Amino acid sequence: MLKIENLCVKYDSIRVVHNVSLDINDGEIVAMIGANGAGKSTILKTISGLLKAESGKITMDGEDITRVDSHVIVQRGIIQVPEGRQIFTKMTIEENLKLGAFLQKDKEKVENNFERALTLFPILKERLKQTAGTLSGGEQQMLAIGRALMGDPRLLLLDEPSMGLSPLMTQNVFDVLRQLKKDGITMLLVEQNAYDALDISDRTYILETGVVKTMGWSKELIEDPGIKKAYLGGEYDA
Amino acid sequence: MPDFGYFLSQLFNGIKLGSVYAMVAIGYSMVYGILRLINFAHGDIMTVGVYTILVLFTTYGMPLWLTIIISVVLSIIVGLTAERVAYRPLRSSGEETTLISSLAVSILIQNIIVMVFSPQRVAFHLPDYLSKLHTFGTVRLSTMNIITFVAVFVILIALSYMIKNTRIGMAMRACSDNMNAARLMGINITTIIVIAFAIGSALAALSGLMLAGEYKTIDPLMGFVPGLKAFCAAVLGGIGSLGGAVLGGFILGIIEMLFAGLMPTEITPYRDAFVFLVLILVLLVKPNGILGSNEGGRS
Repeated sequence: MLKIENLCVKYDSIRVVHNVSLDINDGEIVAMIGANGAGKSTILKTISGLLKAESGKITMDGEDITRVDSHVIVQRGIIQVPEGRQIFTKMTIEENLKLGAFLQKDKEKVENNFERALTLFPILKERLKQTAGTLSGGEQQMLAIGRALMGDPRLLLLDEPSMGLSPLMTQNVFDVLRQLKKDGITMLLVEQNAYDALDISDRTYILETGVVKTMGWSKELIEDPGIKKAYLGGEYDA
Repeated sequence: MPDFGYFLSQLFNGIKLGSVYAMVAIGYSMVYGILRLINFAHGDIMTVGVYTILVLFTTYGMPLWLTIIISVVLSIIVGLTAERVAYRPLRSSGEETTLISSLAVSILIQNIIVMVFSPQRVAFHLPDYLSKLHTFGTVRLSTMNIITFVAVFVILIALSYMIKNTRIGMAMRACSDNMNAARLMGINITTIIVIAFAIGSALAALSGLMLAGEYKTIDPLMGFVPGLKAFCAAVLGGIGSLGGAVLGGFILGIIEMLFAGLMPTEITPYRDAFVFLVLILVLLVKPNGILGSNEGGRS
């Protein structure tokens, strides 16, 4: 579905992604893990068109989307749940959700996606008219995911969805992602929380300072002694 | 002690001036609300609009309505050109950079007008049916004053409705709230910014006509100080809020005229300084302006 070949990206004139190649197949959850500064978020921002690639190629269903504007990428069905949630804090929850469907022409689809978002996150239903800035961190994350679903994603990019959430809330979010996988949504998940990422995903890429170190089946990586030591080790790492 | 009739007429002079400031401030706010750009060139686009009317109406004798349309269109072209050439390439490099760039655009426009016309002040007369005075007790208002006052509220209501209820308005609020998130929703932010500049520039042209009608003379630098004051008005009322811009415009106009009319003549030349002093005092108490929220700026 999505294919990245030899991607290099600069951020503030420093190259932070070096020759990264990655591919995602229909229906898969692919995870990217690695320490802070490994370039994971930069890759997602480049896919979404918020950052421009220095070199390399990104294709969606064979079509080159490397240097197209972000609104065109959304139109292709690639929707991002950004790091830090980035909800519209001064607008209501309903408006946030509606904005997620900004490019959707099909009214019935919008209505169905709206219902789906509210069924997945009943907490939002009670607060539709409330300003989104009043929500707690976990609720804001649900809103951000709900908003992305309004865009009817084919490929959902998730940037650290568990960041700043309580363990219970984190489990809620991952349960929702499992549900979405059942619904057939393909996902690229960036996480620092390596265990959960390996647990939910089909395949995982491990990045270190902008380079792909390892790629493999998540089931195998999670049992790998070297990976366990480096990424699933002590509590201090979490 | 000046009598009440005099006070009342000064108050109305303040409202007259205030409605012009309000008109400029709405345009300022449209752009600032989305881009956080203090567009110093806004006042000079106003001057472009006025000079267009001067040439076409006074020199070539075209009908006023037609010259207003041409002046609005030309101002939009100038505004969008500035956006394309001077602001868009700098969009990713921070608010300070575009601020300096807008100052450069402002000086450029002023100098082009000086070159094409002359640095001299020239007379500007509205047609008689607009400058005709109506007397209400001690208060005298021209037809143009009344039109300006009404236009401010019509435009305020129309724009507020658009921002609240339309698809484009919702996209504008999203851009203002969080530009990157707006892009991730599939909003073409360039289109939204262009629309905001077009509306701002059109309003600048209209307010230029109103200002020139009030001052009766125009010069190439006439837009700059009213532009600054309109920005102050927008800040005073609560920047980003159109209602705040209008409120701030009226407050500023009224304070300025009451100061000019009621203070001893030795200090009235300092009326601009007094206006800015009021701005500082208000911001010390309410940093986000009168109608601004108190949640400490943008998130």
